[in-house]
Parts: sequence; C-alpha cells; structure tokens
Amino acid sequence: MNSVADRLYTIRFKVDEKSHLVIDDQQTCLACKTKECTHFCPADVYDWHEDEKMTSVAFENCIECGTCRIGCPEHNISWVYPKGGHGITYKFG
Amino acid sequence: MANEHFDAIVVGAGPAGSAAAYTMAKAGLSVVLMERGEFAGAKNIFGGVIYRKQLEDIIPEFWKEAPLEREVIEQRLWLLGEQSVVTFGHRNEAFKQPSNCWTGLRVKFDQWFAGKAEQAGALAIYETVATELIREGDRVVGVRTDREDGDLYASVVVVADGVNSLLGKALGIHREWAPDEVSLAVKEVIALPKEKILDRFNLEGNEGVTIELVGQTHGMAGLGFLYTNQESISLGVGVMVSDLKKKNIKPYQVLEGLKAHPMVKRLLQGGETKEYSGHLIPEGGYHSIPSLCGNGWVICGDAAQLVNFVHREGTNLAMTSGRFAGEAIVEAHQRGDYSKAGLAGYDRRIAASFVHKDLKKYQGMHALLRDVDPTIMFDKLPYAVNEAAYQMLLVDGVSKAEKQRMALRGIKNATGGSMNLLKLGYKGWRAING
Ligand SMILES: Cc1cc2nc3c(=O)[nH]c(=O)nc-3n(C[C@H](O)[C@H](O)[C@H](O)COP(=O)(O)OP(=O)(O)OC[C@H]3O[C@@H](n4cnc5c(N)ncnc54)[C@H](O)[C@@H]3O)c2cc1C
Ligand code: SF4
Ligand code: SF4
Repeated sequence: MNSVADRLYTIRFKVDEKSHLVIDDQQTCLACKTKECTHFCPADVYDWHEDEKMTSVAFENCIECGTCRIGCPEHNISWVYPKGGHGITYKFG
Repeated sequence: MANEHFDAIVVGAGPAGSAAAYTMAKAGLSVVLMERGEFAGAKNIFGGVIYRKQLEDIIPEFWKEAPLEREVIEQRLWLLGEQSVVTFGHRNEAFKQPSNCWTGLRVKFDQWFAGKAEQAGALAIYETVATELIREGDRVVGVRTDREDGDLYASVVVVADGVNSLLGKALGIHREWAPDEVSLAVKEVIALPKEKILDRFNLEGNEGVTIELVGQTHGMAGLGFLYTNQESISLGVGVMVSDLKKKNIKPYQVLEGLKAHPMVKRLLQGGETKEYSGHLIPEGGYHSIPSLCGNGWVICGDAAQLVNFVHREGTNLAMTSGRFAGEAIVEAHQRGDYSKAGLAGYDRRIAASFVHKDLKKYQGMHALLRDVDPTIMFDKLPYAVNEAAYQMLLVDGVSKAEKQRMALRGIKNATGGSMNLLKLGYKGWRAING
C-alpha cells in the first residue's frame, strides 16, 4: 500500500466524462508560489507541469473530500460534486 | 418529477438527513430523502463510533437490528513518542449494560438508517445531486437536481448535505469554511482475523476498543484513531487543513507514518488494507455554527458545523439535530407556517439540548488550536511526556530527584518555558470550560 494508485484501487469509481473540478485560471497557478494542491490532495489529483506551465487535474481519481476547494490559497478551483451516482462508492466507509 | 409537491425534501442521507426524514415520515408527512450516492453511505466515512443515547431517542432498541461492529468497553488515549507511548485508558463492564457506544462502518450503517426512513414512508431518491435551492422571494420552495425535469417542490427543505454543504453556501448563511475550520482525515480499513483482534486487544465476543493517537502528525494539529471492528481495524488520521497546507507532506504519508509506529504496527501485523478513504471533519466549533433555520429551510449536522471534535462526537449531534428539525417541521406543518418563525421550534430545541451546551463549553477550543503553535501540543509535548516517563523508569544511577528535574525541564522546554507552560495550561483550561 505505498503508491496512491494502490490506495485508489481499493475504491470503486464510476467516472463521468466531464470533470467536476475545474481550474479557473492557469495564470493564477503559474503565479502561485506554493502549488499546495499538489501535496494536500489525498488522491494526488493535481500535478504541476513546469514545461507546459499548467496544473493538470486527474478528476477521475478524486475522492470528493472538498479539501482543494477550501485549501487552494487563490480559490482557483471550481468545485462541484460529480453527477449523481458517479464518482466514488465505498464498500466499508 | 416536475410539479410534484411534498411536505419536505431532505438533502443528504447521512445520519442527520435520515433522522429528519424518519421523524417526519413517521408523523405522516410526505418526505423525499435525496442522496447523491448510489445508496445511502456510498460516499461516507467516519472513524467509527456510534453512540447509543441519541439514536435510541429516535429508534428504541435499535442495536437489536442495526449493523454495528463492536460494543466499546474500553477507550484508550495514546501519547506517541517516536518509538514509545504513554497510555491512558478506561475499561468498564458498565459500558455493556446497555452499551454506551459501538464501532461501525458507514456503508452498512447509513443504508440501514436510510432504510428505516424509507420503511416509515419517506421516498428515497438516490444517484441525484441537489444542485440548487429554488426560491420564491425570500422563501426556499424546492430544490433543483441534476436529473432531467429535476425540480422538486416542498414546503420546507432540510439541508443535511454534510461538511461541504454547497447548499448552505448557496443559502448565504455561511461563507466558505476557512482552512482552520476543517480537518482532512484519511483512513484505511484493514482486515484482520477475529481471533487476532480478540487476542491483541484483550477482548471477548463482541467487545471492542478505541484508541485515540496524539503525536506523530508532523507537528500538525490533528489526531489519529485506531478502532476495532468485527474483522477489521479502522485506522486513520485527521489534520487541520490550515496546517496541512503549510507542510509539504501528503496526507497518506502521515497515515503511513502512524502505521509504521512500533506500537501501532504490531496491532496491525498481518492485516490487509481493504479500503482507503478520505473526508473532511468540521472543526470550527461553536463560533462557526450558522443560523439554523429560515423561511422554508433548516440546516442540520455537519452542514451546520455541529461536531464536538474534542470528544469525536458528530454522528450523534447530526442525528439529534435531524430529529429536532423533523419535530419542529411536524409542528410547523400542523400550524401551516413554514416561515422562520414557524420553524423556530428547531432553534429552541437545539438551544436547550446537549448539542448547544457541549459546543458552547468548548467554544474556546478552536481559537486555542488556531493560536497556539501546533508543534507544542501535537509534537513537543507528547515527546516530552514520553521522555519524562522513560527517564523516570530507567534505572541508570541518576538520582530520582535529578530525573524529576529533568522531566519537568523537558516539559517546560517543550512549551517554550515556564510562563508559556502556565499560559498554555490556563488557555487550555479556559478552552474546555468556556
Ligand atoms: C474520519 C472521520 C472520523 C469521524 N469519527 C466519528 C466518530 O467516531 N463518531 C462520531 O459520532 N462522528 C465521527 N465523525 C463525524 C461524523 O461522521 C459526522 O459528524 C456525521 O457523519 C455528520 O452527519 P451528516 O448527516 O450531517 O453528514 P454526512 O454524514 O456527511 O451526510 C451528508 C450526506 O449528504 C449527501 N449529499 C451531500 N451533498 C448532496 C447534494 N447536493 N445532493 C444530494 N446528496 C448530497 C452526501 O453524499 C452524504 O451522504 C467522523 C468524521 C470523519 C470524517
Ligand atoms: S494551489 Fe490553487 S492556485 Fe496554486 S497551483 Fe494549485 S490550483 Fe493553482
Ligand atoms: S476533492 Fe479532495 S480528493 Fe478531490 S481533488 Fe479535491 S482534494 Fe483531491
């Protein structure tokens, strides 16, 4: 149980085609000093790409905790729930 | 779904929503219980303690049918050093007659509880997100959903949508939570054979143990937990989001650190992780509670920050607030008045209950956690206490008087000197006796 992939493998996902997480402005990410979304997210959804100067969003791995909505210092993430019945389903909880 | 009108729509089938829906349906109101997950509990996790009293007030003798894990007969508190622990605990046979609380798993429990609301007559609608509140003037009159033709109308909407409460925000009763008003918890359910659990925790039959873990959170304000289920262990750690933001560390690495602690590791030995999960916990306390009702709406549970994080009580406050909301709505229904004044019975009930009183008692706790350097309480102090215990018990020729001086010095240094220790003690005392 070391990588985040191993961890996420224990959860059932029903992925929507459309992302429920949207970065409002990549320029804001470029200027963001901490890029902290890339470490506080418990599912490693966010990654900063230095060459492309952008934050990528692996929304299909999101476990819907809400931390990035509150934690992004620039409030640069538009955050809604996945469509009804989509996203994660736990088996123990 | 269009054009239908209900007495009440409950958004969220967690403990708060199911308690509200059950109470209203039982009194004969037409109730919709709406949940975004495939079923109730699909999206929900917790540490795992379910308390008797508040659920018994809703469903007498529920323990004869509810899916519960173990009857908690012992609660432990562990102060962790790097490779050591100072332990406190209380075990009591009296916790069995009847049980004070049980461990549980939300996927089973929430389905059962929502099922009770359905049996009482509530119409459950799953796989549906309430995306907006529909308003007429200053009144809430229904919810918009992500289904086609998905508008539903009702005399009142119960907002029980949990800690993220997008609907609460849409109502404008609370702004976005600040990062120090919530903790992020990550958890693993680790399968372990029953006999191992009984042996390792000194248990028989259905008995269970809870352990709260202080320390080893990289200096962040937070707590770990390790609870026994029937055939698994729930292990998790929650840390304040404001602290997590400052550290360049991933939440699951904090959990991994706890798992590797020598005292924890041996309890989990041979176990297999069956599930990883994460969730926020509201930790703003008393001063973060928004107004609880208005024209055509009430708000309950985590959505209203009704969590006593000092005692890790949340499900019980959620259930009680849901029941109170339900009862107040039944009265409002009888009078035909769903205005803020008509729903004020909800405010009154909360104010007169343990929900309000307990949160008020700890009202200073949030400021204490916000203002005191978290490394003192969650890192240096647990270390100093472990070091003091180690030195006192180590027989190495140093006199006991000298050891006592060293221990005290260690604890003083951990807080930055005697004055700070006194101040911290005073602040702590005030915080829990607000
Ligand atoms: C790690 C952890 C450990 C905890 N440990 C304990 C403990 O040991 N004991 C204890 O008593 N409490 C504990 N708590 C707190 C407890 O879990 C919560 O206080 C409690 O679950 C709150 O209940 P609720 O009904 O208000 O919210 P929730 O249980 O969060 O339920 C909200 C529901 O609403 C649904 N929903 C949200 N938005 C929408 C929408 N727009 N449309 C449709 N559905 C929606 C969600 O899917 C969810 O099912 C813990 C919490 C965590 C995270
Ligand atoms: S923390 Fe916010 S602003 Fe910074 S990189 Fe992440 S999304 Fe962009
Ligand atoms: S909601 Fe939680 S899991 Fe999903 S992207 Fe945000 S921080 Fe990561």
